[in-house]
Amino acid sequence: MNNATLTADAAETKTTDSQLARPVIVLDHIHKIYRMGDVEVHALRGISLTIREGEFVAIMGASGSGKSTTMNIIGCLDRPSRGLYTLDGVDVSQMSKDERADIRNRKIGFVFQGFNLLSRTSATENVELPMLYAGLPAPERQARASKALKAVGLAGREQNHPNQLSGGQQQRVAIARALVNQPSLILADEPTGNLDSRTSVEVMEIFQRLNDEQGITLVLVTHENDIAEYAKRVIVFKDGKINRDYPITERRSAAEELRNWPTAVEDDDD
Amino acid sequence: MNFLITFKVAFRALARNKMRSALTMLGIIIGVAAVIAMVSVGQGAQASIQDQIASMGTNMLMVGAGSMNMGGVRSGTGTTNTNTLTVDDIEAIKRECPSVAMATPSVRAGSQIIFGNQNWNTSLQGVNEEWPKIRKWLVQSGEFFNESDIRTANRVVVLGQTIVDNLFPGVDPVGQTIRVRELPFRVIGVMAKRGQDSGGRDQDDIMFAPYTTVQKKLLSITHIQFSYISAISPAATYTAEQQITDLLRQRHKLGPNQENDFFVRNMTDVAETADETNRIMTILLGSIASVSLMVGGIGIMNIMLVSVTERTREIGIRMAIGARSSAVRTQFLIESIVLSVFGGFLGILIGVLLSVLIPKLLGWPTLVSITSIVGSVLFSAAVGIFFGYYPARKAAGLDPIEALRYE
Repeated sequence: MNNATLTADAAETKTTDSQLARPVIVLDHIHKIYRMGDVEVHALRGISLTIREGEFVAIMGASGSGKSTTMNIIGCLDRPSRGLYTLDGVDVSQMSKDERADIRNRKIGFVFQGFNLLSRTSATENVELPMLYAGLPAPERQARASKALKAVGLAGREQNHPNQLSGGQQQRVAIARALVNQPSLILADEPTGNLDSRTSVEVMEIFQRLNDEQGITLVLVTHENDIAEYAKRVIVFKDGKINRDYPITERRSAAEELRNWPTAVEDDDD
Repeated sequence: MNFLITFKVAFRALARNKMRSALTMLGIIIGVAAVIAMVSVGQGAQASIQDQIASMGTNMLMVGAGSMNMGGVRSGTGTTNTNTLTVDDIEAIKRECPSVAMATPSVRAGSQIIFGNQNWNTSLQGVNEEWPKIRKWLVQSGEFFNESDIRTANRVVVLGQTIVDNLFPGVDPVGQTIRVRELPFRVIGVMAKRGQDSGGRDQDDIMFAPYTTVQKKLLSITHIQFSYISAISPAATYTAEQQITDLLRQRHKLGPNQENDFFVRNMTDVAETADETNRIMTILLGSIASVSLMVGGIGIMNIMLVSVTERTREIGIRMAIGARSSAVRTQFLIESIVLSVFGGFLGILIGVLLSVLIPKLLGWPTLVSITSIVGSVLFSAAVGIFFGYYPARKAAGLDPIEALRYE
């Protein structure tokens, strides 16, 4: 399969492009220790990392490598035991539960593996949800929801409930929901894990478009190498530390692949 | 995140699960409907008893021969054998008690009466011409006897409606002659229909004749059994009671250590006792119904707890995209309040409907009170808050990471 880019460029250098841009995520010696009875589990052992505006980062690693813990901390769902986390110039490492809820609402858009849409709720209402908690007035909520749904190619599906949508369509509703509060960052946790290969490429096409055209910062957790190749930078976790951090030089273009998608190959990949 | 939006979120969540919401509300609906219907039955009974007592005459007193003492010796209260009360006593009461307006002697004789080939067992009450005014009981047709009938112990009777219905079907009884213990009596009038008294007895199964006639021609006695007395006002019944007691003790020459050989019963007391009994009954019915309201509340808590567990993932999603704990708590609290208050309103509708139907189907009087409606609304809202708080707190306390991972 496509292993050329991964093996070809293992150099841990940062591109000049990203160094110029404003940092969105700065992790400084982050530790996370879980206490299970008398046993302390060191999930993260001093992670330092900077992700700048406009980057598209794929986080990889085996289970237990600390990537999920890192994602939870980056997503302000959890707090580090030690270390500093600055999101968009604000230290969020010791914020209270409510403050973190507000940060998640305004600065972070989540896309999950299981889509995590509210069942028996229309696409529009699902997309409106973050704006509801942000306290936006109804007309603006509706306008922005329909705009976001159009951006992910779901115009005309606004009133459909999740069970009336395919997996790919549901994930696109989730992306629209993540986008709608204009966050500084979109966190996608295995967004293609439940999708077939063509739908996966479709979802990656949306991510690439958002990143290229709107400069939205994306952090993506995946364990699939070929999905990571749509990103611009790969960070590999191992044993609670960053093992490798390298840019993708030969980046795959989802849009191009979709244009040349061979109908026969689709069946083989499934 | 303002209240209106939380309300909308809660309402949408309930609308997504219409069947469950409806079943949860059922407990509250039944509870509230039961409270309102039960209390309306109780209060209807109370109101109808008050009506009857008012129609009986709230300023009425009854004096009887014999004592109230239920011990063996005095057990002959108000019977023909107790001869302690006389017509002269009643004349003296009318003359000397300033709080007394009217008074009539009363003697009763049970009797079979015959008209043509029909017979009927009823009682004959001997009274004077003031009876209709004292009892506020009018003559419907014909007339009541007068003073001269009493002086001459005339054999005239005024019939109650039940006797007319049974003895004179299709015949105008006025002017007819009936036989009472082999003596002919001329029917001169018919009393208005009175219906049942508060004890369920038929008040119309009776006829009236001059007390002198009953004394001399039927019972051969000179004393009387009872006297019905009207005080000058309802408030004067208590002073009248005192005046009558003092006068009769004096007339009967009773020493300070001797018991009364008569009794005076103030009907206002009877009314108050009946009223109190009914109030207790209403409270009892209401509290039994409140238990079902309570059970309905526990039903809400039960469902809300299940709902929190079942919707753990939803709560996780809401928290991940920026819902504060307080927003989640408020949402669940509002859900349970909406369930209980909406259920409460439906319960009121059904309760009021039952209160309208019960008199038609069962013949019991009902009276819907605003207090029971307002009380039910407040109580059901309180049930929502009380039983919704624990599940809501549980929802708000969830960790978003755990909640998102929940399958």
